[in-house]
Amino acid sequence: METLLNDFSPGLFIVQTILLLGLIFLLVKVAWKPILTSLNEREEGIHGALEAAEKARAEMQNLQADNEKLLKDARAEREAMLKEAREIKDKMITDSKEQAKVEGDKMLKQAQAAIESEKKAAVADIKNQVAELSIEIAEKVLKEQLANKDQQLKLVESMLGDVKLN
Amino acid sequence: MEEVSKMIRTLVLLCTLCISLQGFAISEGGDQGAVDTKDEVDAYILHHIKDAHDFHLFSYTGDNGERKHVGFPLPVILWSSNGLATFMSSEFHHDDAGKVIVEKGGSKFVKLHGKIYELNAGASEVQFDEHHHAENAAKVLDFSITKSVFGILLVGLLMLWAFSSLAKQYASKKVPTGFGRVLEPLVIYVRDEIAKPNIGEKKYRQFTGYLLTVFFFIWILNLLGLTPLGFNVTGQLAVTAALAIFTLIIYTFSGNKDYWMHMLWMPGVPVLIRPVLAIIELAGAFIIKPFSLLVRLFANISAGHIVVMSLVAIMFTLKKSLGVVGATGLSLVLSFFITLIEVLVAFLQAYIFTMLSALFIGMAVAEHDHEHEHDANGHDIPDAEDVRGDFI
Repeated sequence: METLLNDFSPGLFIVQTILLLGLIFLLVKVAWKPILTSLNEREEGIHGALEAAEKARAEMQNLQADNEKLLKDARAEREAMLKEAREIKDKMITDSKEQAKVEGDKMLKQAQAAIESEKKAAVADIKNQVAELSIEIAEKVLKEQLANKDQQLKLVESMLGDVKLN
Repeated sequence: MEEVSKMIRTLVLLCTLCISLQGFAISEGGDQGAVDTKDEVDAYILHHIKDAHDFHLFSYTGDNGERKHVGFPLPVILWSSNGLATFMSSEFHHDDAGKVIVEKGGSKFVKLHGKIYELNAGASEVQFDEHHHAENAAKVLDFSITKSVFGILLVGLLMLWAFSSLAKQYASKKVPTGFGRVLEPLVIYVRDEIAKPNIGEKKYRQFTGYLLTVFFFIWILNLLGLTPLGFNVTGQLAVTAALAIFTLIIYTFSGNKDYWMHMLWMPGVPVLIRPVLAIIELAGAFIIKPFSLLVRLFANISAGHIVVMSLVAIMFTLKKSLGVVGATGLSLVLSFFITLIEVLVAFLQAYIFTMLSALFIGMAVAEHDHEHEHDANGHDIPDAEDVRGDFI
């Protein structure tokens, strides 16, 4: 103990105290403060970057989900549209068919009516023509036959004979 | 893996170099001549672990039988009864027995066992009593740049240079390069493993500067002590005492109301016991804690130096019984392993000193009724302040 106390140098103690105090202040000023600040900033930066990345990932996921939903909606819509179109097409075809049928019937009827009336007209015409022709023929025949008096008389007599029979 | 083995090889090489040079220093050392016997080895070792006024590297005996000393003198700065006196230590001519008298500023100085004494007025030479203490001379206040002060200055400048250059690197880049890449993890280690867990997340920042300074100061000086330069700075009581008192001052002045309350008037115990506890607590805070710090560091480092040098000295003390080769081989093997352990101790003591300092500061600034963070179920999440008690 005595040796220890004897070895203790008050001068060295004072010098060490002053030097250590100076060293602490200098180091805090030129080294520790900037180093710790930079380290903290860097760590916060890394932390922030990680958080941002995580957020971006979540956003990405959201976006993807949105996209999928949109796609699904679009698909459903397309499906619905196609169905509707098919229905419309079917309906149109049926409608057209019906209409065509009605129209066809109507035209057929008209045609038939026209044919009928044409036929009637034709028949009437033919009748007229036949009548005229018959009259002409008869005229011609009569003219021919009545060219001489004997025959005229004969005819009149035969006719008179017919009348008598009636 | 290759890096590690390379590192180990370098370490082994350095240790071997240290031992061989220390052996050289012992065999040729001593001011009185070559060191051979056990007593001379003891005296040499005791001389070595003391502070010195000049920087002595090695000595040898010249052709004409004269002792030659290689090293350089350091300035001596004294506060004597006649005021300030300064001269170079070379004026003592390597005398350590009080024979050479230096006259400066009206005072006469002698150097005796590493200490400088001022002769009483009128005395012309030192007279010794039966215990070989000087009778007619008194110790002076010695502010000399001794070997230890030289080491402190060296390490201080080294730290300033290294860490300010690290700090400057951050201005231009996020991650330091070169030597800064080695220093940065150490700084982070002290901050995250020593300061934060012991002081607490909220208050660690203002004490980290002190802890970092002390950690690197002690560590580098411990390592410097392992080199053959012969520094024994952290093995000087005055140095460790100054370090411990810094810690004492810091935790005393940063102690909060709770700290003083628990020390002087412990809540939760019978009133009659409180003064007794206060005495124990006061003794703990002002005597036991700083003493544990200063003695632990001093004793570990001094013991390390003594053990390494003793093992090196086996070379001479066992020369007769084991032969030159046997003694040298044994000495080399033993001192090699002890030096490896000392490399670990150098770090360990720096770590323990810093860790305990942080712990004492943490105890002084701990908040006992602080807000806790709550988890999802409303239970308290224990933080550093709560679990610290489990480790003390």
